[in-house]
Amino acid sequence: MNIKIALAGNPNSGKTTLFNSLTGSAQYVGNWPGVTVEKKDGRLKGHRDVTVQDLPGIYSLSPYTQEEVVARGYLVNDRPDVILNIVDSTNIERNLYLTTQLIELGIPVVICLNMMDIIKKNGDRIDIEALGKKLGCLVLEISALKGDGCMAAAEAAIDTVKKNTNGNLEMPHVFNGSVEHALAHIEESIADKVEPGLIRWYAIKVFERDQKVIESLKLDQPLMDHLNEHIRDCEKEMDDEAESIITDQRYKYITKVVEQAVRKKPLKDGLSLSDRIDRLVTSKYLALPIFAGIMFLVYYISVTSLGTITTDFINDILFGKWIQPGAASLLAAAGASKPVISLAVDGILGGIAAPLSFIPQMAILFLLLSFLEDCGYMARVAFIMDRAFRRLGLSGKSFIPLLISSGCGVPGIMATRTIENEKNRRMTMITTTMIPCGAKLPVIALIGGVIMGGAWWMAPAMYFMGIAAVVISCLILKKFKMFEMDDTPFVMELPNYHLPLAKSLGIHVWDRVKGFLKKAGTVIFVCCAVMWMLANFGFGAGGFGLVPTNESLLAVIGGFIAPLFAPLGFGNYQSVAASISGFAAKEGIVSTMGVLAGAGGMKTFFAGSAAAMAFLVFNLLDSPCLAAVSTLAREMNSRKWTIFALAYQNIFAYMVALLVYQFGGLLSGTLDFGAGTVAAIAVLVLMIYLIGRKDRKESEIGGLGYELDN
Amino acid sequence: MTLDKAKVGERVSVTRITGNGPLKRRIMDMGITRGTEIFVRKYAPFGDPMELNLRGYELSLRKADAAMIEIS
Repeated sequence: MNIKIALAGNPNSGKTTLFNSLTGSAQYVGNWPGVTVEKKDGRLKGHRDVTVQDLPGIYSLSPYTQEEVVARGYLVNDRPDVILNIVDSTNIERNLYLTTQLIELGIPVVICLNMMDIIKKNGDRIDIEALGKKLGCLVLEISALKGDGCMAAAEAAIDTVKKNTNGNLEMPHVFNGSVEHALAHIEESIADKVEPGLIRWYAIKVFERDQKVIESLKLDQPLMDHLNEHIRDCEKEMDDEAESIITDQRYKYITKVVEQAVRKKPLKDGLSLSDRIDRLVTSKYLALPIFAGIMFLVYYISVTSLGTITTDFINDILFGKWIQPGAASLLAAAGASKPVISLAVDGILGGIAAPLSFIPQMAILFLLLSFLEDCGYMARVAFIMDRAFRRLGLSGKSFIPLLISSGCGVPGIMATRTIENEKNRRMTMITTTMIPCGAKLPVIALIGGVIMGGAWWMAPAMYFMGIAAVVISCLILKKFKMFEMDDTPFVMELPNYHLPLAKSLGIHVWDRVKGFLKKAGTVIFVCCAVMWMLANFGFGAGGFGLVPTNESLLAVIGGFIAPLFAPLGFGNYQSVAASISGFAAKEGIVSTMGVLAGAGGMKTFFAGSAAAMAFLVFNLLDSPCLAAVSTLAREMNSRKWTIFALAYQNIFAYMVALLVYQFGGLLSGTLDFGAGTVAAIAVLVLMIYLIGRKDRKESEIGGLGYELDN
Repeated sequence: MTLDKAKVGERVSVTRITGNGPLKRRIMDMGITRGTEIFVRKYAPFGDPMELNLRGYELSLRKADAAMIEIS
């Protein structure tokens, strides 16, 4: 028989560690359909017919966040056979709050008390039997980090299903008489609409006036009015709202249970180790310097020292001295013609050398950042930075992806997964690549150095511009209907610090690198080949064949599109061709420009420094390289959103570049007031309007209007 | 008095939570209910959000949201 185990628990309860130890590498990671929530399932180690479905970390089963909706959708509709509920014993009350809700689903629940080793070290005690009796479930001790008891818990869960033993344990009496009275009425009314195991759960949801449930049950208005009367009676009696009554009583019940089953020893001077660390890490004066120091260290190790060594090795030695010449001689010996050798060696191998050479750098960066995330530090960063992000309609959690994107946009986009609010997540994904990544630095250096005569301030200026672009984009986007969101509060747990498992880190890093490798092996490979062909083939003197780049198809295409960029100051095929090659990898811009530079050098591409700046700005703000775009597409999990993201990025880049060229040119005297200037003014006015216009929510509802998500 | 006005180091008790909808629900889901004891640990370096200790864990909450929580 095929057994489905669902893994449920709070974020930071050790669920992922447990999942990894139960499934090992037999995991599948994707997204739940239609949303940006990650979906993970796998086969239980050593069991051919048992699957483990990891549910998103949740605090409750409310209808208000994507994670909760996805989790409860799975539990109610897919009906797993048993739920393994992982509970962080060090903050047991809040964890058991979810447990009381899981129990109501009519599925057997096996509670795994995690981090019991910390409990014991503190001298606290938990009476497992008493706890189990009070909650009507089997309770087991595990230590996910150490791997103790994990398989035993899974086996116990399987046992529970096979022997159908859960029916013997008594359901806890969580609610008082007044509530139970109302619930009885509701249960009666819906009994014919739902399966018996779920009557209880649905009744409680109807009592809470859960809109999603009421809609799915298709309760007609007269029935709802009748039930509402009972609910209102209860509300009057308890002097509170239905939803709050339920939540309140759950916690009251848990507090009682914990009082009886848990003995806590008071902490010495009230501070745990994590609190002690935080006295420094989030202190008023030390927080930012410590953060700056840690980030500097991360980038120094991953990019500047180890990273550069490995990148150069791959580019210059692995490919430059071994693979490329090796392939060239192999092919030559096999009798391949020159164009084929060039395609293979220069085009394909040369093309994929660049992204591949990034992999060690990325892996090290991922490793360090994963470490910071898993140990709990990143939550502190979001805490510190939150204030700055409120105005943009985002929270401190958006800071981390932006930070990571300054190294590489691929992990930056993936880092948006920690952002709970889906619209915030999407908004962050769209804007995060506006921060210059490592691959864009050569482009900045080129324009700044060669063309603008070595201005030292270029790189910092471009980072500030990136930040400004993010801010402006957020201000513009948040006023569009598609980004309107209910104000889910920034309510974030600061989990205890802990040393992550090397194995978990390894899985984290490999998961991301693997994704990138797959891209490199497929899409980038094809893209490089295509780029190479476009840049080397064309209609030359002898018909279609190998031609110098300035006669190639790329040049023709570039020339075709070029007039579009005339208002930006670089309406020539070389600049456009370079920008197109930036599509595969941003460093490609530099190499293409080098190849296309004629006798006059690259300066001839631009009508003055304003044009050069406009070119730079356009290539920094437009859609990122292919690897990042495909990551974006995967994370957005929606064609509509991906197209919107790409359209926005490119249109925004175009508009900003237009402003830079027209106003820059006017100011520096290289341009006269003309049609272009008028266009630029119009664009500026449009942008100011988009930034400054009233929030739809504010003008419609007035003040803080909290609406139900739908 | 509301929670956003509480000072660092104060230990307070929740009397009421105003408002409704997802905001209130999330605050309650995290364990802030009538009668809950909250210890105000600190305010973030930029002044917002606040860090609170309740039910054995550390919670970060914006002052604007804490204004919905009446305390004694």
